[in-house]
Order: sequence, then structure tokens, then C-alpha cells
Amino acid sequence: MLEIKDLRVKLEDEDKQILKGVDLTVNAGEVHAIMGPNGSGKSTLSYVLSGRGGYEVTGGAASLDGTDLLDIEAEERAAEGLFLAFQYPVEIPGVGNMTFLRTAVNAQRKARGEEEMSAGEFLKVVRAKAKELKIDADMLKRPVNVGFSGGEKKRNEILQMAMLEPKMCILDETDSGLDVDAMKLVSEGVNALRSPERAFLVITHYQRLLDHIKPDVVHIMADGRIVKTGGPELALEVENNGYADILAEVA
Amino acid sequence: MALPKVKADATEALLATLTLPEGASEARQAALARVGAMGLPHGRDEYWKYTKPDTLTSVEAPQAALFHNDEGPLFDDVDRVKVVFVDGVFDAGASDDLAAEGLEIDLLADAMAADIHWVNDLYGVLETRGQVPVERPLAALNTAFATAGVAIRVTGKASKPVNLIYLHSDTGSDVRLHNVIKVEAGAEMTLLETGPAAARLNKVLEVDVADGAAFHHVRAQGRDHERRAVTHCFTRLGTESVFKSFTMTANGVLTRNECIIELTGDDAQAHVAGVCMGDGKDFHHDDTVFITHDAVNCESRQVFKKVLRNGATGVFQGKILVKEGAQKTDGYQISQSLLLDDDSQFLAKPELEIYADDVACSHGSTSGAIDDTALFYLRSRGVPEKAATDLLTLAFLAEALDEIEDEALADALRDRLEGWLGRHG
Repeated sequence: MLEIKDLRVKLEDEDKQILKGVDLTVNAGEVHAIMGPNGSGKSTLSYVLSGRGGYEVTGGAASLDGTDLLDIEAEERAAEGLFLAFQYPVEIPGVGNMTFLRTAVNAQRKARGEEEMSAGEFLKVVRAKAKELKIDADMLKRPVNVGFSGGEKKRNEILQMAMLEPKMCILDETDSGLDVDAMKLVSEGVNALRSPERAFLVITHYQRLLDHIKPDVVHIMADGRIVKTGGPELALEVENNGYADILAEVA
Repeated sequence: MALPKVKADATEALLATLTLPEGASEARQAALARVGAMGLPHGRDEYWKYTKPDTLTSVEAPQAALFHNDEGPLFDDVDRVKVVFVDGVFDAGASDDLAAEGLEIDLLADAMAADIHWVNDLYGVLETRGQVPVERPLAALNTAFATAGVAIRVTGKASKPVNLIYLHSDTGSDVRLHNVIKVEAGAEMTLLETGPAAARLNKVLEVDVADGAAFHHVRAQGRDHERRAVTHCFTRLGTESVFKSFTMTANGVLTRNECIIELTGDDAQAHVAGVCMGDGKDFHHDDTVFITHDAVNCESRQVFKKVLRNGATGVFQGKILVKEGAQKTDGYQISQSLLLDDDSQFLAKPELEIYADDVACSHGSTSGAIDDTALFYLRSRGVPEKAATDLLTLAFLAEALDEIEDEALADALRDRLEGWLGRHG
């Protein structure tokens, strides 16, 4: 589903290479985790895939079900089925959460040539999904993420994911800022979306999220490359010994 | 003191083309004398530093093409009394009966010609008061030479709003309208004003709000791109009275809206707000507000938001004057612009002048671009760039629109703003 080949990326304004040849293949139905120390390029990878500005691709390729991602705009990538759950969800004063969700859902439907969701149908669906994530009516009415706690923001990300039904979900440090209960809630939300047609790329520092969202494959990223790939046991190894051993081993 | 020659010449040139109506009232004659003494505004006047007045004072009004699109009339589904003026001339056929419960509506000409009419005690009075401490010669010019308008006396809770509809059909029309409104103690009304009115409009609104009365005002200035307008709203507020005014301006090469508010009774409230959308180097919009607190425990709010693109210019001059003894004053002022490109500019001059020691006054002014992070967030959810920019633009304007109490009116304006965004960018 997601195919990344020798992806090389630098900052647009600075002569600083961040990704130095990333290779990664994620198949439908799989959950992959990327772990790695600070500054290894994990978040950059998620931003570059989702189309954030400020980066320059200097080599390689990335595609989603055969569509060249790097050649299209952020909104087109979303319509193709790519979703990024932000590490720091953005507050947008003046835009109601509900308006935001509905605009997004219908924009994607329109881009795919599908019929837009009626107000009534949308309301029914969003209420049901919000309830599962313990998102109350007030949170839906308030401006996007404004005044939300850390946990509420992350639940709101998962609600967007549930509404948009992407095929490739990237979770960028979704566990950061979450207490145990919130992590459980968010993980349940993610697990409910797991399906044979959908894939996940979970970026995290810590093993504990992976206790809840069980990965099929774990990658270790360091200095702009994936340096080691293994099963869930690799995450445990990181948890017990830190990155130093692994990095020493591959150096 | 003699006027500088450029001023004297320009004033004389324009006055030579105008004649007072036959049997002109003392108010008109006094206003003419004021114009002569003050002279018309000039680009070197401090109060006109950011807005060039020359096309407002020239003998000939510059031409303005008419705007056409398929948007229906604004506030069409609001139950209201329509009073229609075409290029400043009352159109009886297009207007409703000038009657509603709680209201006495007369055409200004009829009222001024009557032997006894309250308007003759108020016409020009608030305008005259508003000439101190800053001169507003174009308002005096209007009082002297206004050709039409309405006189509305509000005696109770008005059963529906009055909508003054200003149509523009002649590309060279040069129009002076003057409306006088007297809201009696405890009475309430909503005034709607819509449309461009003319190629060049000089409009004065005088509103006397008595004790315990409320006046609500929602205005949408016309969308004809080349139109020019200078408008003044003079208001005086009695004890526990309320004045709320909102203006939407989309397009118009030159707009100067002055609002002069005097809080003379304790516990009164004055809110004035506006949104403006400007596109193009020739767009210039100026909100000039002067609020005088001269009573205890009054509240004033100014909330102005401007969206400027393609080299458009926005101006805000807002002053709060708190007189000695006007304790417990609560004054708030915010003016903000969203600059959609590097060529657009916003010039703001917030001023506070305070002679009382127990007051809370705050003011703020900002200029900024669309927030890139928010834009990316929306796009990453599949919202195309233009739609995302429009959504963030409306979000920027929301705080000002929230000042409108009536939801239906606010929604109607929001639709217009969306329409504007759809046509621009």
C-alpha cells in the first residue's frame, strides 16, 4: 500500500539533510511502528508524506497504492486515503469542530467524485463515532481543538480518522501528552479501525503505546534512515536497553 | 483664522456648484457657515493622513460602474419596512408603506417642510456636537445640502426593522443622504441599511437614544467596486441606553466611515463593529471612530476586522475619550487585519485619552497573514487550499460578526462574505 524508496529530504531553507534514504513498504492490513531517538527524522517522514511545506525532496519516491504522493498536494493525498494524526493538533479559533469535520469529509468525497454527505446523515454518523471516543456534544460544537486538553486533542484526531476512513493512517507520537486512561481510549479507537484494507504507521518513542496497538513490524530509525527492522520484540528490546545497543550494533 | 489657500479654493469651488434648498432651515444655513469656516478636508489634515479626501471633495464625482451578480437582495427573507432610494431619490413604488408599530417614519423633506415636526429640533444638532474636538466638514456639508433621507421617531418596541435600501443606477450619481432617528425613552428599533446608494455618497445618520432605549444598526455597503462613500454616524446615548452598530463593507474604491458616539447618561452601552473585505490596489477602507465617555459606568466596544488582498489598504482610527468624572468606564477596542499578500497594508491609530482615574480601557491592533500551520492542518484533512483559506478568513472575521445580536441578520451577512470569497482569490 505505502511504498517508500530511498527517500531523501532536506529542509527547504537550510542546507540540512534530514532523511538520508528511507526504504519502507507497508502492506494493507498491517501495522508498522517506527521508533527512534529524537532527531532521527520520524516526524519529518510523516510531514513529507502528508505534504507539509518547508521540505525539499532531493531523491527517492513515495507512493500510495501506486499514486505518486510527492507529486500531488496535501489535500489530494488526503483524498487518496492518507491521514496524519498530528503530534500537536492545531487549534483553529473561529472554526467549529463540526463544520471542520463536515467540510473535510465532503471535500474528500467531492475529490473522489462521490456524493456529499447530507447534514442529517453526517450528524448521525459523527455522533455515534464521537460517543465511542467519549467526545461530548460540547467538544463537537467548540472551535477546533481550542481549549481542548492534550487527551481531548488526540481523541479528536482519532475522531477525524474515523470520519474520514483513510486507508493509510500515520500516527505521529499520538501517545505524547496522554495519561494511561486517555492512551487506552485512543488505542481502542485506533484498534476499532484496523481492517484488512487499512494500514497503520505508528511513530512513537515508547513501547507502551505498542502494548495497546500491537504492531506487525517494528522499524528503528536513526539519522535519517531505517537501520533495523524486526517483529514486536524489537520494541521490547528498545524498552529494556534503549537505542544505544541497537545503534552500536548497526554502526 | 483664515483657511490655507488650497483649502479655501477647493471649498469655494465645490460650494459654487451647490445651492441650499428653497426656504432652507436655520440648521442648514448654520451648517453651510460651518463648512465655510472649516473648509473641506485636505490631504495634509492630520485626521485625513491615511485617507486621501480629494475624490470626496472634488466638484465632479468620479464615475462608478454598476455591480451585477445573481445574489438576491440582502435581508430578503427578513420581515421589514423597505424604504428605497435610487441614486438618492425616494422610490415610492418600490417602498413599503412607511408604517410599523412603534415607529413614525417620514421622508426628511416632508418632515422639514412641516410647520411643526420634531426633526427640526434635532436635524444637525448631533452633527454639530460631533464637530468638537475634531472637525468633520463633510458631515456639515451634508447637513447643509442633503437632498433626501428619513426621519424616524421610535415610540415603543418597533414591530419590525426598517431597511433603508440604497440602489445605484447612474454611474455618475453624487448623492447626499441624511437620516435622523429619535429613539424615545424605553423604545427600541433595528435599522438596516443596504446598498451602494451612488457613485459617490455622502451620508449622515443622527441617532438620539433616550434613557432606557435601544438602537440596533446593521449596514452592508454596496459591492460596486468603483463607488465612493463618506459616512458619519453621530449618536448620543442616555442613561441605561444601548447602541449597537455593525457595518460590512465588501468592495468600493474609497470608504470612510466615521462613527461619533457620546455616552451622556450613566450605565449606557455602545458597541460598534465592522468587517471589511478589500481586493485590489485601488481599494481603500477607513473606519474612524470617536467615543466620548461623559457619564459613569458606561461600556464601549469597538471590534473591527479587515481582510485585505492584492494591494488593498485598510485604515483604522479609533479614539476613546474618557472625560473627568466618567468613572467605572469600560472601554475596549480591537482592530485587526488579515493581509493575504505582501502588497496589502493596514494602518491603525488607536488612541486613548483618559481624565478619570477609575476606568478600564484596553486596545489592541494586529496585522497578520493566514496561519500556515492551520492551513496545512485543513489541507491534510482534504480541504483544498482555496477553501481552507476561505474558512480561515471567515474564522478571522467571526469575532466581529459575533457582535451582531440577531442571528438571522448575521447569517445573511455571513452568506454575503462567503459569496465575496467565492468571487475573489
